[in-house]
Amino acid sequence: MFAPAPFLLKNTSVSQVMLQVCIALVPGIAAYAWLVGPAILVQLVIATLTALIAEALMLRLQHKPLAMFLPDGSAIVTAWLIALTFPPLAPWWLVVTGTLFAIVIAKHLYGGLGQNPFNPAMVAFAVCIVSFPALMSQWPSIGLQASLIEQINIILGFSPRIDALSGATPLDAMKTALKLGEGGIDVAQLLANQDIYGNFAGRGWEWVAAGYLLGGLWMWQRKLITWHTPFAFIGAVTLISGALWLYNPAQFANPLFHLFSGGTMLGAFFIATDPVSGCTTPRGKLIFAAGAGLLTYIIRVFGGYPDGVAFAILLMNLCVPVIDLLTQPPIFGMKDKA
Amino acid sequence: MLMNLFKFKGGVKPPTNKTQSNTLPIAQAPLPSRLIVPLHQSIGGTPRPVVKAGDHVLKGQLIGEADGWISAAVHAPTSGTVLEVAMHVQPHPSGLDAMCVVIEPDGRDKWIAHGPLDYAAMAPEAVREHLQQSGVVGLGGAAFPTHGKLTASKTVPMDELIINGAECEPFITCDDLLMRERAEEVVRGIGIFRDLLQPKKVLIGIEDNKPEAAAAMRAAVDALNEPFLVIQVPTLYPAGGAKQLIRVLTGKEVPAAKRSTDLGVQCFNVATAYTAWRAIAHGEPVVSRLVTVSGNVHAPRNYEVLIGTPMGELLKLATPHPDTDGIVMGGPMMGFLVPNEQVPVIKATNCLIAHSDRVFPPKAPEMPCIRCGACAEVCPHELQPFEMYWFSRAKNFGKTQEYHIFDCIECGCCSFVCPSRIPLVQYFRFAKSEIWAREREKNAADGAKTRFEFKQLRDEREKAEKAEKLAKVAAAQAAKKAAEAAAAAAAETAAAETGAPGNDSAAPESKAVAEATTLPDATLTTVDAEKEAKRAAIAAAMARAKAQRDAMPAKNTEAVTIEQQRAIDDIEARRAVLAPAAVPGEKTE
Repeated sequence: MFAPAPFLLKNTSVSQVMLQVCIALVPGIAAYAWLVGPAILVQLVIATLTALIAEALMLRLQHKPLAMFLPDGSAIVTAWLIALTFPPLAPWWLVVTGTLFAIVIAKHLYGGLGQNPFNPAMVAFAVCIVSFPALMSQWPSIGLQASLIEQINIILGFSPRIDALSGATPLDAMKTALKLGEGGIDVAQLLANQDIYGNFAGRGWEWVAAGYLLGGLWMWQRKLITWHTPFAFIGAVTLISGALWLYNPAQFANPLFHLFSGGTMLGAFFIATDPVSGCTTPRGKLIFAAGAGLLTYIIRVFGGYPDGVAFAILLMNLCVPVIDLLTQPPIFGMKDKA
Repeated sequence: MLMNLFKFKGGVKPPTNKTQSNTLPIAQAPLPSRLIVPLHQSIGGTPRPVVKAGDHVLKGQLIGEADGWISAAVHAPTSGTVLEVAMHVQPHPSGLDAMCVVIEPDGRDKWIAHGPLDYAAMAPEAVREHLQQSGVVGLGGAAFPTHGKLTASKTVPMDELIINGAECEPFITCDDLLMRERAEEVVRGIGIFRDLLQPKKVLIGIEDNKPEAAAAMRAAVDALNEPFLVIQVPTLYPAGGAKQLIRVLTGKEVPAAKRSTDLGVQCFNVATAYTAWRAIAHGEPVVSRLVTVSGNVHAPRNYEVLIGTPMGELLKLATPHPDTDGIVMGGPMMGFLVPNEQVPVIKATNCLIAHSDRVFPPKAPEMPCIRCGACAEVCPHELQPFEMYWFSRAKNFGKTQEYHIFDCIECGCCSFVCPSRIPLVQYFRFAKSEIWAREREKNAADGAKTRFEFKQLRDEREKAEKAEKLAKVAAAQAAKKAAEAAAAAAAETAAAETGAPGNDSAAPESKAVAEATTLPDATLTTVDAEKEAKRAAIAAAMARAKAQRDAMPAKNTEAVTIEQQRAIDDIEARRAVLAPAAVPGEKTE
């Protein structure tokens, strides 16, 4: 019998970690389903099933034990993040394509759990927005009065994609309006449009983001994540958006709008905190997340995409090895030297 | 007394499991059927056996003599007959054998003549030596000979003496009970350490889950009117690690590369202080210790156990449950399963835990690392265990050292929290032992290379000496010839001077010398011969130097092509591998 110390182990596992991440996503998902539409639940199911099937297939091909890896929950977290970042009424095959790409290419071709240098969900988003820009930009207006059956029919392609779907995200709408207005329209006028904007950000979406914030704080309290990543991400977005807002409040939206629009909260608490593709040292996490926050703002405000979280995270993923290498903390007893 | 405590980073809070064994008082374990006393029970040199099979020994009689300064004597734990001095399995994860003295007790447990020492009259050096002769070693687990730690640094003033009663490992309560029941003797022992080290302060650290022990220690300190401070430290594994306790009590961080005395601090376990006092005040060497017996047993408690008692016999006293499938020596965080039930209790044995799947559930299979960093958060030495894990796995040992693998104290916190159930400490032990093995191999290869080079040098020198000798002989012959010639010439000159006709072919210089001086010619010619010999020797030396110079470029690698260089490198590599193998051959020459 060979069993090395320690003989006592904390009650924890990868599955438990992933399960808790899923639980933390629930408040955001609930707000999403309630305020935007139950279609998101359908997308979550499609993404989850696709991810599990793809995961099982890849594990089988690599002769890895299914019973050990399939329940680890990592594929489910990836699937949920994909569903939550894709348009809720996107056709089913779009979510399937994204999920397959994430699991097969971004995860397993790089070696599977723990080995992927890029966040798989963000790879899926980047691939789909580059390949299917129109479909990835069609977001339903909040006032959409379609029943669950109608929404399912749209997703599955049984119903035609109606005009009501071709709205943009509040973030995208603002950018386009400001661009078209060429300085003639100011942010305050736009925000007054209560069809699109709510109390402090996109109508309805602001509460989805608040749900992510709530779940994120719970993860921090449970010590699943440290404060560094969300703090630096949110701090960086606040700083750059605040600076430009102070410089020209007519043309740049306030920090609150940016914090609760698009993927800021999801990115800060659930995507940038992905341990596999992110930095691991405390200072590294600060640099990684601050960089991702800055890039997010720059891409969403000055770039051509509706939001910048995915590309910001992927660009920072590239920098992880060097950031980690250069930010190794001093060890016990060697702090004066550092 | 309020004191500002410091914190160490990391640490974990495993269930303490101490209440099972700390409710009953210490019990005396009965004499076992036989005692297997290993000679090597402390860090340092292996004591030499001074008894042989058939000898009758008394309790406390020396059976193993300390080998060198860092080594401590070993004594017979009871009176009886030495059955053998032989190799037996050790309580070590390797399961290797080591030399042991096996004693069959005679049942009388008769002490050798011993008595108190006149401590007040003893010189510090004599105290240290007596502790060494009494086999006093660190009983916290490391078993470092105590006398070797009782000398303050010459350059750094001794600020604090730390006494470790933290006992942070789950299950273990032997120090707890010792402090509760024998606090006065512990405090008196601390007094000895204080006298030898002369620190400014003495701090006794006890985890705050042992209020009874702390109270007993406080009472003893007060009763003896000592200025020691008893400090309760937060219960957080591994607060009982020497470096962690020093950090908590003083704020000082002792790096791996330094001794604690370099920072003006030294640390001893409470049980060590107790044995030191017994050795001085009663003349008793270390022949027994307190051992917690716990885990999968009916009656967990602490026993006073003779060193050398087979663990199986000790465990039986606590009536293990039938599903017991092994014995863990030490705590559940850093302990290990002993190879079998026959392995003896040694000075480093603080706890035996009966192992079963109920007490220690089998571990889930190892998953890949997800870099969650939980291990780095709990590492008390603030290392990055997951990075060291990647590099250990990849056998990139240089990198593991860059990430300070030798600062790892193997406390097990990282393995404890890992959600992927990776036995991280095992990977680090593997990496460390590989690095040590490679270092040994390299040293052996270097040694062989040095020997080979020395042999080459010696051969060359012998050759040169031979050449020199030959040259000298040649020169002497030349000188002899010259002398003969000169003598002949001188004779001719003399003949010429006396008017006798003769040959005028003598060497011009000898003629000139002969004409200019009044010295006899024979002397002159000898001087010349000597000069000649010297010249020849110089020429020989120059030739030798030239030969050496000529030989050098052959070794030189300045003007070789890449292919040639590669070939040379290959040959060098082969040579390096073959060199150690060549050593025995060289010896048999």
